[in-house]
Formats: sequence, structure tokens, C-alpha cells
Amino acid sequence: MPDAAQAASFWAWAALAGLGAFHGVNPAMGWLFAVGRGLQSGRRATVLGSLAPIALGHMASVAIVIAGVEALREFVDVTLLQALAASGLIGFGAWRFARGFRHRFRVGMVAGFGDLTLWSFLMATAHGAGLMLAPVLLLLPPGTGLLALGVHTAAMFAVMGFTAWAVFEWVGLALLRRGWINLDLLWSGVLVGVGGLLLATATAEHATGTHGLGALLRVCVG
Amino acid sequence: MATWTPDPTFYPSARLAAQGPREKLAYVAMLNVATPPRPDALDVVDLDPESRTYAQRVGRVEMPQVGDELHHFGWNACSSALCPYAPHPHIERRYLIVPGLRSSRLHIIDVKDNPRAPKIVRTIPAEDVAARTGYSRPHTLHCGPEGIYVSALGAPDGGGPGGVFLMDHESLNVLGRWEMDRGPQFFAYDLWWHLGYDTMLTSEWGTPNMIENGVVPELLLGGKYGHHLHVWDLKRRRHIQEIDLGPEQQMVLELRPAHDPTKAYGFAGVVVSTKDLSASIWTWHRESEKWAVRKVIEIPAEPADPAQLPPLLKGFKAVPPLITDIALSLDDRFLYVSCWGTGEMRQYDVSDPFNPKLAGSVRIGGIVARAKHPASDAPLNGGPQMVEVSRDGRRVYFTNSLYRAWDEQFYPEGIRGWMVKLDADPAGGIKFDERFFLETEPALRPHQVRLEGGDASSDSYCYA
Repeated sequence: MPDAAQAASFWAWAALAGLGAFHGVNPAMGWLFAVGRGLQSGRRATVLGSLAPIALGHMASVAIVIAGVEALREFVDVTLLQALAASGLIGFGAWRFARGFRHRFRVGMVAGFGDLTLWSFLMATAHGAGLMLAPVLLLLPPGTGLLALGVHTAAMFAVMGFTAWAVFEWVGLALLRRGWINLDLLWSGVLVGVGGLLLATATAEHATGTHGLGALLRVCVG
Repeated sequence: MATWTPDPTFYPSARLAAQGPREKLAYVAMLNVATPPRPDALDVVDLDPESRTYAQRVGRVEMPQVGDELHHFGWNACSSALCPYAPHPHIERRYLIVPGLRSSRLHIIDVKDNPRAPKIVRTIPAEDVAARTGYSRPHTLHCGPEGIYVSALGAPDGGGPGGVFLMDHESLNVLGRWEMDRGPQFFAYDLWWHLGYDTMLTSEWGTPNMIENGVVPELLLGGKYGHHLHVWDLKRRRHIQEIDLGPEQQMVLELRPAHDPTKAYGFAGVVVSTKDLSASIWTWHRESEKWAVRKVIEIPAEPADPAQLPPLLKGFKAVPPLITDIALSLDDRFLYVSCWGTGEMRQYDVSDPFNPKLAGSVRIGGIVARAKHPASDAPLNGGPQMVEVSRDGRRVYFTNSLYRAWDEQFYPEGIRGWMVKLDADPAGGIKFDERFFLETEPALRPHQVRLEGGDASSDSYCYA
């Protein structure tokens, strides 16, 4: 296997884990809900007990995208798939930005396992959590979807769990007042940015007949 | 517009809110009773004791049309934006939504660019509210996790039912009727919630037809005004329980749930009992899966010479306290009770919500007493009415007008408007700030007060 492909593969796995960590640290994706429920009940066990259903809902949302990519790449040319993923990301990012940020799910502070799972599934889906994984998956060999799902969810779960525990035990929620930066806005920008990069890469690949970011580099450098 | 960090006036908990900076400005709804009619206004009052214009009006925005009857109002967004299940903390607390209780118009007022010179940026006509919700006479509003909740007294024709409608916190559009299943609920007035329990409570006044020409004695003595509390599933939008306080308990108005979301109790004020003209405070609380209510404070009527009473009350030979507003400090410790009839503001220690202890009292105005303020030479009329408490609980502001048609029945000579401030001792006890006595121009009557950056009835919290 050429070094370039090995390097691409390494960065793809790192990106899957990194995106998981990003979702894990985002208060809107679950750790804050776990902490809020813990403060409501006054029990550490509630914080811990909330993490599993939240991770499960997140995983389900991401799994749909991964399964979709795995199925499509059997029949569709990778370059076309990249272009599809790119337009999906750009469109979704722009739509999120234009729509604004609001949620009206029928889940509140009194939530059971199923409610939390459903809530997390809806939040991750509305966030476009899985969509971002599509371009990364395309850098990996077919058949690695399940492993990708595992890596992403494990990273998300670990970071979410650590953050929830740290905030509940010692940091406290005053942190939110300054520390909660607008990850929604940032994420919308990242969706559009990655979509643009992907589109450029796919176009370059088509022009040079080579694959990956190297193709884009080749076009840029000449 | 989205911001990078949460609005600095959003606090995860009431405890953190109490540690925030002191308020510098108040917004006050001003009813205009001039003839020929002049528009109502939203006034800006300077609350900074270091300022040369302390306790004076420093700004005003007039409504675009006459006949609104400004009453209650509230913010587009507040601390509930930090709630974990529907977070949207990167929004500004920037717009006051100011309903006309009689006109049913909704004014959107921007206070960001110059907080002392608010600007009306949009007026939503009554027809829009009616077309989208079926409601009219918008009354109380609260910024919730999913949007802005507004209570409305009734239908466009002046009948019922009244209820709750939703507005979007970003577009500020009226979205529609909130209830999926209203059960037996018919009357509306206040709304608030226990976010920690996904539970909403609403209270009852009367339909527009029952109130807009003044209190109707036959309805009152017949126990026909509202006397129930309603408990709702906030997430499923369903009525779950009706609690009857008894037909003699006429007009269950203000609702003040504990600010701490882990506590499942709150206080409701009843204006008058038809048995003895007393007024009362009730504590609602959750008992296993059901909600229950218990009377915890009863304030008796005060005997009076009929010659000193308005026609409505002459036959009773007594002046009723008329609890028209209450306020709960952010630490859930002190409850302020406005007795608009007798002219008394009471402070109760409600650390034990079932055994309130009277901790302080001041007298000002009153149907018979006409008590003076330390800074006033002449007797005053009207009485303590809309009351607001600072986030740290140290300052209490209140005004003296109730509702135009009712003002005339209880104070037939016409209410002269004033706004005053009390200093509250953290250990209990209240006294007038002698430097704070704001008399309004003759035709203007002050109603609700909102403090810059939030106060003890503007925000709700998802975290203890």
C-alpha cells in the first residue's frame, strides 16, 4: 500500500475520533442534559445513567449515514459520491444557518431511557452529525463502516462522559456563561467548508485521474 | 442575530443570577387615560443611585396607536435558553414584547442600541394573533426553552376560552395555539412552570366580556369569576389536573413557582373571598403524582366608614385587601404580597412554604388609608400593585395602577400614578427608599415593571 494511502487512512481514523470528541464536548449534544438531570435528582447515578441512552441515540443517527455510504459505494463511483456528500454538506450547513437555532422536541427534564435516546437521535440528526462523517468514510476502504461507527461513538462517549463528570463534580455550571461558545454557528461553517473542500477535491480528481487530497494539491501546485 | 458566547444576562441557576450585577434601568408600562385619547407608553426609569437622574424617567417610547392598555410584558429570551433539552443560548435578550391587553396588538420593542431610548421595531396586529391562535387579549408572557409563551384572556368576540399561544424566539412570529387538549379549562390569566417537572400551571380571571366594563358585582357574588388552578403537561401540551379553590375564592391571579427547578411548589394569590372580603395566598405542591393546594396566608378585610368607600363597597362597610400581585425572591425565601385595596405591601418569609411568617410591611395609598410616602406631602391613592424584585433580592419596586375599568371602581376619583422602591434587609424587613418616589404625569398610570437584564419574574432556570 502506498504511503499516501496509509497516511490518508490514518487521518481518516483520527478525524472520525476527533468528530466524536467534538460532538461529545458540545453541550447541546448531551453532556449538559446528563448534568442537568443529575442536578435535578441530586444523584451522581442519574448523570451516569443518562450517558448510555444519549450515546445510543447519537450512534443510531450516525449509523444511518454510515450504512447509506457503505451501500451506495457498492454501486456509485467514488467521485460522484464525494460530489453528492459535498453538496449535502453545503446545503445542510446553509440551511442550518438560515433556519436559526431552535428545538421543539417533546422531551423535557422528565425523560426515560427511550426519551433520552430519541432526543439524542433527533439532536444529532438535526445537527448533521453523521453527514460530516461521509467524506471521511470515503477515504477508508469499503467494509470498515462498523468499525468507523465504533470509533466515532467511543470517542463521543468518552469525551461526553468525562465532561459531564467533571462539570457535575467540580467545575459547576457557571462555566456555561462564558465557556459555551456558539458551536452551532461554528459547525454550520465547518459543514459548508468541508463540503467546499470535498467538492474541490472531487473536481480535481476528475481532472487529474488521481485520488484523495493529493489530487487537489496536484491541481493547485500545477 | 446569533452571538459567539451566551448573552451575559443568562444564568444557569437562580443562585447565579442573584450574584449578577445590580440593575440600572427599569422599563415601566404606562397606561394613558387622557381625553381625547393619547397612546400608552413604555417608560425608562433610572435605578442607579449614583446618577443625577436617579428615580426619574429618562426615556419613553409611545405606542403607535391609542387604546392599547399596556399591562404585562416580557423578554424575547432569558435564562431558560440554557436549558439542556432545547438549548439556544446564543441569542440576545434584546426585545421586549409588550402586549396591549385591550387592543390585542403585540409591540416588539428593541432596547439594545440605546437602552434608554427603546424603539418599536414591529407591531403585530390583533387580527394576526386572532387568525393564528383564535385568541385575543394577550396578558402574561414568559420566555421558555422552546419559544415565548403568552397567555390570552379569551376569544376575539370577548368570550372564552382563553389560553396560551406560542411565539418563535428568533422570528418573533406568532406560531399558534399551544394547547393540544385543554380539558375543562376555560378561563385564563397567568402562566408559569416547573421546568424540572415538565409541568405548567395556569390561573383564572374572567373572559374579556366579564372584565372589560369593570368588575360585575353579580358575577363576583355568584362566584362566577375564576377559582381554579390548572396543571398541564408542558411537553405533551395536555391538561392533567384542575384544582378548585372553592367558588368563594374569586380570581386566582398571579402564579409564582419556586425558582429552584428541583422544588415542586409555588404560590398563587386570590384577590378576594366572597365570604368575608379577605384575600389569600395558596401554596400548591406535588404529592406523589398529583398536585394539591393549601391556603397558607389569609389577610382579613379592614372595617371602614361607608362614607369613605366607593359605591361598590359601601354595603360591605369594609375595605378588602385585594391581593393583585405577588413576587418571589430568586432565593425562594421572601414572598411580596400587594394589597391594592388596603394600601399595604407585605413581606413574608416563605423558607417553609407551608408556614409563611410575616417579616415586614409598609403602608402606602389605599382606598381608605391614603397613606403617604416619606417623600410625599399629600395623601396618595391607588395602592401597591405590580411588584418586582431585583435579582439579588435587596430592592423591591412597585407601582399603583391595576386595570383601567377597575381602577375607576375602587378609586373613582382617578388614580394618580406613582412608583416607589423598598430596600429589603437580607434577614427580613422592608423600608422605603426615601429618595425613590416617582410621580407620573396626571394622565399616566404605571403598571408592570421590568428590570434591565432580568428580574425575579422574568426568567426561569433548568438547573438548581
